[in-house]
Amino acid sequence: MLDKNGIAKRIAKEVKDGYYVNLGIGIPTLVANFVRNDINVEFQSENGVLGMGPFPYEGEEDADVINAGKQTITTLPGASFFDSATSFGMIRGKHVDLTILGAMEVSEDGDIANWKIPGKMVKGMGGAMDLVASAENIIVAMMHTNRAGASKLLKKCSLPLTGVGCVKKIVTNLAVLEVTEHGFKLLERAPGVSVDEIKMATEGTLITDNEVPEMQG
Amino acid sequence: MIRKTVNNVQEALKGVEDGMTFMLGGFGLCGIPENAIAELVRLGVSGISCISNNAGVDDFGLGLLLQKRQIKKMISSYVGENDEFERQMLSGELEVELTPQGTLAEKCRAAQAGFPAFYTPAGFGTEVAEGKETRDFNGKMHVLEKAYEADFSFVKAWKGDEAGNLIFKGTARNFNPCMCGAAKITVAEVEELLPAGSLDPNEIHIPGIFVQRIFQGKEYEKRIEQRTVRPRK
Repeated sequence: MLDKNGIAKRIAKEVKDGYYVNLGIGIPTLVANFVRNDINVEFQSENGVLGMGPFPYEGEEDADVINAGKQTITTLPGASFFDSATSFGMIRGKHVDLTILGAMEVSEDGDIANWKIPGKMVKGMGGAMDLVASAENIIVAMMHTNRAGASKLLKKCSLPLTGVGCVKKIVTNLAVLEVTEHGFKLLERAPGVSVDEIKMATEGTLITDNEVPEMQG
Repeated sequence: MIRKTVNNVQEALKGVEDGMTFMLGGFGLCGIPENAIAELVRLGVSGISCISNNAGVDDFGLGLLLQKRQIKKMISSYVGENDEFERQMLSGELEVELTPQGTLAEKCRAAQAGFPAFYTPAGFGTEVAEGKETRDFNGKMHVLEKAYEADFSFVKAWKGDEAGNLIFKGTARNFNPCMCGAAKITVAEVEELLPAGSLDPNEIHIPGIFVQRIFQGKEYEKRIEQRTVRPRK
């Protein structure tokens, strides 16, 4: 089974040379720590920066340079700043190659719910609806089950949707899965996790027609 | 040169009334019009609607207007980090219209650029699209979103000149440029107000035509919401 860093490390392998990547808050943020050093990638934050670098050294924080999580950041050579309409133009116009975000639920049709739990405080969707509606290459990073142990990979989402039919790939603590016409296709198992365990934790249709390899570290 | 300078924030906010709709720039507490917000608090205008990506924190940014119950309606994409906001929203005192962030930016930009409405894929199939026209373009469904209509835009820039030309800094740019010229009157406050001719025309982010009033801002606090650092090696 993977921890959050393990999920991030596996997703980092999907990041290719020359990609512009938008990382959501939570596990997706960790992906930046695991991207190979020998490829060129630029991270976009939807509040208006391309070419995000690591957090600043203490004493070098700049209140005018933050990411979408409102954290102080730095920029790397080649970085640029832009306004919010331009930022979402990059996203809507499919100039961003890969979007990695978290989710509360994903359905076997590729629907995603990650912004609202009825009856609880609604904080808002931020940029998530724009991202999922526009990006062609979306990877969801999440735990396979919720805190109560219930599956987050469902036939139909029970929570209010963020977007419909948009998720293509999911990396969880148990598995790597692809959303296909017929359900969740199991591509890889996390180290030490059996196909049966993944089946048990998946409420939606799980396709396991071939031998399912264990994830390579 | 058409002069846009006013002497102070009081002059800049002349004409502000109860019940008006305002656009306010900023992302979290980054790039917010601190001086205009303070003046709105001082004036005590009430029943206002605010179009702003976020709603500040309890004791800063738009949180200051919420504390005084001056806001009737918030139009935002994300409103966490604010207990008073949550209390007013749950008690029904405050009306909240949650809008996808890119749609919010574009509804401002559409108002600036003279588009009454536009189609976007964001929110299709979700509750955001309820009651709105939808249409298929190239096999993909889109939602019709209308441009905002606002009385005042309050924006914050880094540098500006007497002609109202603006230059922003870092990610403090965010929604500010999209809101310039998107309301009947745009009020820009700047950290540094310079004589015309001091700024290179090649480097202007927002031309002064989109700004009606500009003033030298004071005492910027520029509060950091999430101070994150890494240790020195």
